Amino acid sequence: MKGSERYDVIVLGGGPAGLSAAIYLSRAKIQTLVISEGMPGGQMILTHRVVNYPGVEDISGYQLSQVMKKQADSFGARIVANAIVSRIEADKEEKCVMLSDGRSFCSDALIIATGGKPRSLNVSGEENFRGRGISYCATCDGEFFTNKAIVVVGGGNSALEEAVSLTKYATEVHLIHQFDHFQAFPYAVEEARRNPKIKFYLSSVVTEFGGEDFLEYVKVKNLLNQQETELKVNGAFIFIGYEPNTQLFKQYPILNERGEIVVDENMKTTLPGVFAAGDAVAKRYRQITTAVSDGTIAALAAAEYINELNKHIKLVS
Amino acid sequence: MLYTNLDHIETAAQLQQIIMENENVMVICGRMGPMCIPVYGIAEQLRDEYKHVKFYDMEFDNPEAHIIRNLPEVRGFMGIPFTIYYKNGKVVKATSSIQTMQQVRAILDEYFGAPVNA
Repeated sequence: MKGSERYDVIVLGGGPAGLSAAIYLSRAKIQTLVISEGMPGGQMILTHRVVNYPGVEDISGYQLSQVMKKQADSFGARIVANAIVSRIEADKEEKCVMLSDGRSFCSDALIIATGGKPRSLNVSGEENFRGRGISYCATCDGEFFTNKAIVVVGGGNSALEEAVSLTKYATEVHLIHQFDHFQAFPYAVEEARRNPKIKFYLSSVVTEFGGEDFLEYVKVKNLLNQQETELKVNGAFIFIGYEPNTQLFKQYPILNERGEIVVDENMKTTLPGVFAAGDAVAKRYRQITTAVSDGTIAALAAAEYINELNKHIKLVS
Repeated sequence: MLYTNLDHIETAAQLQQIIMENENVMVICGRMGPMCIPVYGIAEQLRDEYKHVKFYDMEFDNPEAHIIRNLPEVRGFMGIPFTIYYKNGKVVKATSSIQTMQQVRAILDEYFGAPVNA
């Protein structure tokens, strides 16, 4: 593409999978660009303590991210952080990535390591009241809800455990979950059930967050009888899991029904020259170590692809 | 302790001095949590571009951070970080919780002016 910066490989995503791929590629002298939506590290930077990363006894996710970034930098990878990707062309021989600020980058191979992102409810008022009643982190913001009523949305381990933890501050916690049972481990459900401050709303969904300057009420609809209830609360904590960050690839036949990228054992997708790694990939276990492993395999496979491409170019020229 | 790459403010007196000596100052008052870290990252990136703005952080749990926690502009805030924008020593904007790069840029451009080379 005319006017684009050219690289051998573009890695989309700066989490552990993307940074591992960048370390391997750039060390192999392959011109590598990492495009990261946030700061390098992905979801890893949000992990308070990492104590099961082999070879490192105890480190914060933030510090581990910084080390990985430094390694990628030291081998010559270029990292563009806090970038917003507006469009991707992945099905042509030349892969191109366009950013919202007008910059564009092209390469021979693409590694998709875009990870996952917390699900939002996409309910009226959710965006307006973020930081003014709506939070996604109990440890960060719990104390602001001392002696206030709140809702917690979700039915997994995070939702149940955080609901219990928030009873330290809140006068009452309304736990809202769309299904008729919880996905959390039995011990977490049991602990929540035993807590007298927690009220349960199963088979229910939030339909609206409302208030003037700050959150004042949440509307909840019971899916069984369609009845809507308005809860007078000042806080809402949302823990409804993660989804793969793959919206930009919807037009390509590489996603499964959950929006995850399907790859083979070498992290290849069905699109030539397009590889994927990390939490965006369809797989059962999602850990920093598995992301690092995926990133390494994707890098080695992409390097092989680039080498084959170069051999072919030499043969025909 | 905040282990970011930003310059840290440790005391209320230090903050006072910084905002008196610099025309445009952004201070992120938070912890090392999921809502705060992305905002530090944005500031780390933007400081090379917005050379006319000074970027700092301050630990929310530092007792000296009362200088931010007690500002009238943050009354009712229920999410960290509290991000405060000072112009000539006065608060011109304050935000609560996580912000995107575009949101931070928009505030910087509106209150402090876009970078000259932009």
